[in-house]
Parts: sequence; C-alpha cells; structure tokens
Amino acid sequence: MSDTIKMQVARYRPEENAELTFDEYEVPCPREWVVLDGLNHIKDEIDGTLSFRWSCRMGICGSCGMTVNGEPKLTCATFLGDYGSGPVRVEPLANFPVVRDLVVEISDFMRKLTSVKPWIVRDEEKPLSEGEYLQTPAELEAYKQYSMCINCLLCYAACPIYGLEPEFIGPAAIALAQRYNMDTRDEGAAERHDILSEHAGIWGCTFVGECTRVCPKHVDPAGAIQRYKLTAALETVKAFVVPWSAK
Amino acid sequence: MTPTHDVVLVGGGGAGLRAAIAIAETDPRLSVAVVSKVYPMRSHTVSAEGGAAGVIAPDDSFDEHAYDTISGGDWLCDQDSVELFIEEAPKELLRLERWGCPWSREPDGRVAVRPFGGMKRQRTWFAADKTGFHMLHTLFQTSLKYPSVVRYDEWFVSKLLVDDGRVQGVVALELMSGRVEAITAKAVILCTGGCGKVFPFTTNAGIKTGDGMALAYRAGAPLKDMEFVQYHPTGLPFTGILITEAARSEGGWLLNKDGYRYLQDYDLGRPEPKPVFRSMELGPRDRLSQAFMKEVAKGRTVATPYGPVVHLDLRHLTAKVIDAKLPFVRELCRKYQNIDPVKELIPVRPVVHYMMGGVHTDGDGATPLEGLFAAGEVACVSINGANRLGSNSLPELLVFGARSGRAAAEYALAAREPAAAVAAQASDEKRWLENDLLHPNGQERLATLRSEMQKAMEESAGIYREGRSLARAGETLRELRDRFGRLALQDASSTFNTERVAALELSCMLDVAEAIVASALRREESRGAHQRTDFPERDDERYLAHSLAHRATDGSCRVEYSPVTITRWPPGERVYGRQ
Repeated sequence: MSDTIKMQVARYRPEENAELTFDEYEVPCPREWVVLDGLNHIKDEIDGTLSFRWSCRMGICGSCGMTVNGEPKLTCATFLGDYGSGPVRVEPLANFPVVRDLVVEISDFMRKLTSVKPWIVRDEEKPLSEGEYLQTPAELEAYKQYSMCINCLLCYAACPIYGLEPEFIGPAAIALAQRYNMDTRDEGAAERHDILSEHAGIWGCTFVGECTRVCPKHVDPAGAIQRYKLTAALETVKAFVVPWSAK
Repeated sequence: MTPTHDVVLVGGGGAGLRAAIAIAETDPRLSVAVVSKVYPMRSHTVSAEGGAAGVIAPDDSFDEHAYDTISGGDWLCDQDSVELFIEEAPKELLRLERWGCPWSREPDGRVAVRPFGGMKRQRTWFAADKTGFHMLHTLFQTSLKYPSVVRYDEWFVSKLLVDDGRVQGVVALELMSGRVEAITAKAVILCTGGCGKVFPFTTNAGIKTGDGMALAYRAGAPLKDMEFVQYHPTGLPFTGILITEAARSEGGWLLNKDGYRYLQDYDLGRPEPKPVFRSMELGPRDRLSQAFMKEVAKGRTVATPYGPVVHLDLRHLTAKVIDAKLPFVRELCRKYQNIDPVKELIPVRPVVHYMMGGVHTDGDGATPLEGLFAAGEVACVSINGANRLGSNSLPELLVFGARSGRAAAEYALAAREPAAAVAAQASDEKRWLENDLLHPNGQERLATLRSEMQKAMEESAGIYREGRSLARAGETLRELRDRFGRLALQDASSTFNTERVAALELSCMLDVAEAIVASALRREESRGAHQRTDFPERDDERYLAHSLAHRATDGSCRVEYSPVTITRWPPGERVYGRQ
C-alpha cells in the first residue's frame, strides 16, 4: 500500500457554478484512516471550503453517508486502504438534492418519517406507579432489528424506486412504522395503515432489495416492506372474505 | 418578522428533547423552538452506550444510589440535588419505557438492570449497549407528535440576547442559507452537551465544542467546577472510540503488558473471577484512569504508535454473552480496530469523555441569569461532583431536562414579551458574523490554532496536573485568543459554510478551555478527577467548595467559590474494594 492516495471529491458551489465538478486531492493513507479522515485532512490542511457533514465517527449518528466509488457508504466506517492504490471518488448521496459539495437536502425524508407516526399510540396508558409494561425478550426481538435504523439514508440513496418516484415513502420510514406496529406496547397499526397502504406507501416497492444490502446496521427494510404488504393485503381482502366465510 | 417563541431550546439531544416534551405537556399553547446545529437525531446522546441508572431492584434503595453517587463524586456533589435526582430517575426511565424505548428485558418481561462502575447494586437500565442511541431516537420520535414543538434544524446559535439582565432569545445562523436571524423568546434553555473537543483525544463527537458553556459564560452566567474533566479508562487508541464500561460490568478484565490485573495494586480490591460491586474493574473512572498513568510510569503498559495501552480482556465472557449484551463493542472492535473481542484482547487507553463542570444551575436548571436555564452535560447542578459515575449522565439529562422544561414553561407563562431593544443587538451580531469574522488580511489557520489549543490542554489539564504547566497553558490560550483575531478563512460562501461554523466553535472552545485551566490552577488540592501532583491531598478545609468561573470585563477569567450542600453524608474516605 502506498503512503498516499488520490481522492476525487465532488464539488458543488451553487453561488459560483451550476454544475457539479470534481477536485482531486492527494491525502495520507495510514492503515487506520477512513474516508472521513481523508475529507477532514483536506478541509484542515488543503482546502477549507470543502463542505460535508460528520459527527460521531463511530457509525451511530448517521451524519456522514456519501457515495464512495459509486456505493452509498458511511464514510466513518469505510477505510481508504480498502481502495487499493485509489483513486477514491466521493460524491453526495444519490436521489437527494445537493445543497453544497457533499451535503444533501433531507427535509423530504424528515417529512416522511413524521408521516408514519413513529411513536407509541395507545388509547389508555397505565400510571407510572404501576411499573413497566411487560415485554419478553422474544417480543422485544420481534421488532428490535427495525429499531436499529440510524437514519443515515443510505437506503434511500440505493433505492431505485425512490430515485424514479420521489413520492415513495421509502425504506427507512416503512421499517420504522413496522418497528412500532410490531411493538407489543403499541396500538397504532390501524392509524399507520392508511399512509402505508397509499399508492406512495408500500406498493411502490418492487422488492429490489438494495436497501437491505446497503444498510450499515442490518435493519432489512426490504423484509419490513414485504412483510407489511402481506398484512395490508390481508386487511384489504378481509372485508370480502369474512362475510363469505361466516356463512 | 423576527421569529418569536415562548421557550427556545439550544440543542436537540436527550436533554433538549426531554425539555421540549415537558414544556409541550405543561401547556400545549406554549410555543417551543428546538434550535440545533445538527438534526436532533445526530446529537451526541446517540453515542452513549452502557446504560442509565435508576433504582428499581427490590434489594436497592435511594440512599444506596445517593451514597454511591456522592462518594463517587468525592463529596463535591450537592446532596439535595442528588437526592431529588435519584428519586426522579426511575420515573423518568419508566416514562421512556411508555414512549417505546426498547429496554433490555428479563425472561419474564420486566426491565433488566446491570452492574456498573462505582455502583453497589444492579441498577443500570440498558438497551443492549446502544442505550443512548435508543433513548435519543425514542425521544426524538416521540417529540414529533407535539405540534407546539418547532424545529430549527442545522441552525448554529452564536449569541444569547440579553437585555435588562434578562435573557430574551438567541441569534442564530442557518447553515443551509447563511441567513442570520434573531429568534426571540421569554426563556432560553441551553442543552448543548459537553466540550470534549477542547482535548485532542476524546470519545466526544466532532460537534462537542462547548458552545452552550461559552454562550452562558459570555452572557454573564458563571461556569461551575470546570476543572473536573472525566477520562474514561477504556477508549480505542487512534480513534478514541469508547468501549463501554458495561464491558467490565459484564465481567471484562483490565490487564497490563504482563497479563496482570494491575488494578489490585491501586487499593481497588482483590481480583476475583466474577465482577464484584465497587471493586477492581468496577471501581470509579477517575481511579481507573489514574491507575493507568501509574502503570505507564512503571513501564508496564504496551507501546503503540498511538501511545501506551493496556488490554481489556473479554474472551472469557464467550461469544454468546458478548453478542447478547455487548454487540456494539464487538461491532466497533471489528470495524475500527480490526480485532474480534471474542478471541482477542482489546487495546485501550484513557480518553477524555465527560465534563462534570458546566453552567451553574439550581435543581430546576435555572442559572443566575434571569430567563436562562441549562440541562444535561452543559449544566452543572451538581450531582456529579468531582467524578461522575457511569450511567448517571443519561438519567441526569432526563431528570433535569424535564425539570428545566417545566421550570422554563412556568417562567415563560409569567414573563413579559421580549423587549424591542434585543433586535438592535441582533443586527450587531449579524454584521459581525457576515463581515468581521472574515478577516481579509488574516494569516492564521483554523486547524493550527485548534490543534495548538488541544495540545496545550492535554499537556496541562490531563489526568495529572501541576501548577506551572497550568499557568503556561493559560498563557498559550491567551496567545491563541489573540491569534484567533487574525484568522484566515477561505470560504466566503453563504451556502452550508462549515468553515464559518468551525471558526465559531473554536472561539467557544477557547473560552471554555480558559475556564478549565483557570479553575484547575486555582484549586490547590486533589479531588476526584482533578489531581494536582503539587497538591496531592484532598483539602476539605479550603476546597470543599464549587469553583465558579466568571468572565471579567477585561475578558479574563475570575474564579470564585460557593459552598457545597451536605445533607446526610458528611465527607469521608472513598473506599473501593475493601470493607
């Protein structure tokens, strides 16, 4: 492995240039360095105008998702050394409007996240003095995986449907709706059903599975979507089936 | 039109979101703004791993949790605040259970608790080892259901608006557009977290730059106990990524280069195969980090390119326990250190983790400055004293986030509308941000100033301190402040200008660093996380007192003291590993 590596970094400066361009930088490449270390090196030592988001650099805050050599990645968890002699090409996440350089606009996702009512819905709540709602480890396990989403949006960047049809509510939001639907403490599935079963909800998905493949937290949004399709289909046909089968 | 709200929260992490919900539930007519430099779910609460302490087990008691906390804090905690914290902590954790937090469970479905460092009973609630992540997302998602909570995502607050001795809002910069706005309010709550980035090696996220501490300090509120900086004993070398204390509470051992459980040499008890409460690896963080330094001096640590390390051994816990209780530890070790803790030793060294000090508040989060409140790591109530126990900070942000939210709501309901005069201050700040921060003839590099500051802090205000090096660091910081006035910024864009934000953050860190060094220099004793080699003993005669760092009119730091509240636990010896 060489001591340095070339990084080709997407630049977008809307006040100067309507086009997205690339700047090339040579950065050190010690074994421990991740793509984010390379970007911070550029910002601190070479070009202070480069803009990108980052924070925890331990794969949990979800800020630093970008496209690295064509793949959506958390740049804090992607080693420069994995790209051999380079170059490493860094671009903003696909399928989102670009604000500046590697920064994308995510308010569409924030709206969709809110629209699935990602909170516990209950008619009545028992008082705190009566202690916790019991939930066995198996009941926890049933939804746990869907609660691991860090909102990094790699799944939206990888989703071909979201790319073509921006109305599609998308993998992370559907997985989160399922996280609450499957929680034994929740009674809100019927309220979430309306939004999920809309055209822009689950039916948009043709089960490409890219979302699950790129998820850095192994959430399996594709599984959540397929599972919910079955639930939704049953809900829809129930009205017809029940009177008939009651005969 | 200047946007105005009843309460403005600066920061959208655990404390800020808990406060927002408390205000919305106090009175839904109150308009609440959450102004945060990142989207709330990116806040650093997300990185907390091990758990949240709250008395729930039948063999536990409030008094025992209080005693552990107070002795852990080397008797610098305010005991009245500790008592109310401990009584409210379990209720807050249960409330989070109502809101959907996926707490780990016992086979019968009850919430599970685990042991933790410095705690004599099992009382730490956990969601595997991603407790902070689950708490933050639960709070954020729950906050979405309150229409009175308005978010300003990716707005950086650069100034508190103060008129007639009363805080009446903030000036904030919208990153997306570069727009600078006054956001006025009847009350402001600071919930911006800590300041680990004043040091070079920290578990803290890049955003932890002490912004709220600096905002309060500049506006005239004192910073309390700033000399108490917590080093966590087990960070990964190079990245500083935290390996949770839960790794030791589940039975992990700390070994020196000879494979010896060296903590037995430092009055922390005898090595047993299973974890023992308040003993050995379950001792408090300050004592464990100090023991590491003594091992370094004895030449019993392992040299690496990123400094000396010892080893955390989890191999005897088995893959089953590690995957069930510590999955994130395994993930982090594999991904960032390229080792598997099921089969290999984890190299670790002490790393700056938490700020015991912060904005001086009472038990309702109120600061001495009217209209200003603070909660979470940015604040100092103080329940943590000279050394915080692991798993007390997550319940702290819930208890005091909620209390400050309710107190600010009550205050706002009775307060006058913001004065017109604050608008003039806002336009001054706007001019400064838009023009004066860009020095056309500057030559100083931002990254250079930042790393010189971090180096000065590590050399003077680390695990062991000494008067001369602290005095020298004070000089260095003053020079850096002058050089900051000649900063050269390259980015003049108004669209998502992260260089401008980094400059504002550096200016905050310089103020906070100065308060840390000045407070550490004045405290001529050793207590908890503040160890002076030139004053190695605790001195209750002179220093059973909180330091209060005030910004003097000439910009220098003036340190005063206020008494510690002792209720039922008179100062005594901290005993670990023996009866």
